[in-house]
Amino acid sequence: MRIDLNGAPVDTAATTLAALIDERGCDAASVASALNGAFVPRSLRAATPLSDGARVELLMPMQGG
Amino acid sequence: MFYGTDLTSRLMLGTAQYPSPQVLRDAIAASGAEVITVSLRREGPQGGAFRDILAASGCRILPNTAGCHTAREAITTAHMARELFGTPWIKLEVIGNADTLQPDPFGLVDAARALCADGFQVFPYTTEDLVVAERLIDAGCRVLMPWGAPIGSGQGLRNAPALAALRAHFPDVALVVDAGIGAPSQAALAMEMGYDAVLLNTAVARALDPVAMARAFGQAVAAGRAAHGAGLMPPRDMAAPSTPVFGMANLA
Repeated sequence: MRIDLNGAPVDTAATTLAALIDERGCDAASVASALNGAFVPRSLRAATPLSDGARVELLMPMQGG
Repeated sequence: MFYGTDLTSRLMLGTAQYPSPQVLRDAIAASGAEVITVSLRREGPQGGAFRDILAASGCRILPNTAGCHTAREAITTAHMARELFGTPWIKLEVIGNADTLQPDPFGLVDAARALCADGFQVFPYTTEDLVVAERLIDAGCRVLMPWGAPIGSGQGLRNAPALAALRAHFPDVALVVDAGIGAPSQAALAMEMGYDAVLLNTAVARALDPVAMARAFGQAVAAGRAAHGAGLMPPRDMAAPSTPVFGMANLA
């Protein structure tokens, strides 16, 4: 299935948000996640299914003012 | 007090735009700041090193919602920040104009109400508008962060009388001048006016020597706070001799 990950199209075999984070090689504890503009807490990622065209954002701490 | 937290240093420092990670690290230390602001951005390979700097600084983290233009975006970002940093503190920015980076007061109040109800301790980046300030307090905010001038402009306290009115009107609310400060004297002025803290970034990060400038800001903020505590003399229209007139010799 094709999803949109951090603004770029990505083909993935993952069916849940947790599986996607794992598939991308991200450290699950050091990113925060949102699906289609809504926050998904870490504890709900495994129970959050992905569908074709899903917009996923994975964010981490960055410099800011 | 900032939501029950007392701070010795009243300088809050942004972490963006420094020439190198080492300069950032040294500037934080030289400034004496106990609170630093950070953002959330899409994950990339450089994130781990920045996380190490944050941890090593020993500072309290104030995550921001910079770049958000709607209440919904800001609320989602705040939730992501709370999970990532393990803090209820959020510097709430809802931008209304792309050129001035002026806060959108309507979206700001909406987002503040939702976040306060959800247990966040909100630091709203706002204007010096008294009515907006009242609405933010009604929404549950116990800290307000009026701008001095547009972000990154270095113009200082562009509307000092209105900032003074805000201070007089809300004696029990922690007030922080956030944005627009370009020189230590401007930070000192805010503190002399009775502000509880100042938050700045560009003036330090873009200085020729950011570490030295961070130290200068730390000293200016401390001096301004001490001066406010000491009680400034009221200005007079006319001169008043400081040297006693009594005992003056007649040498005419």
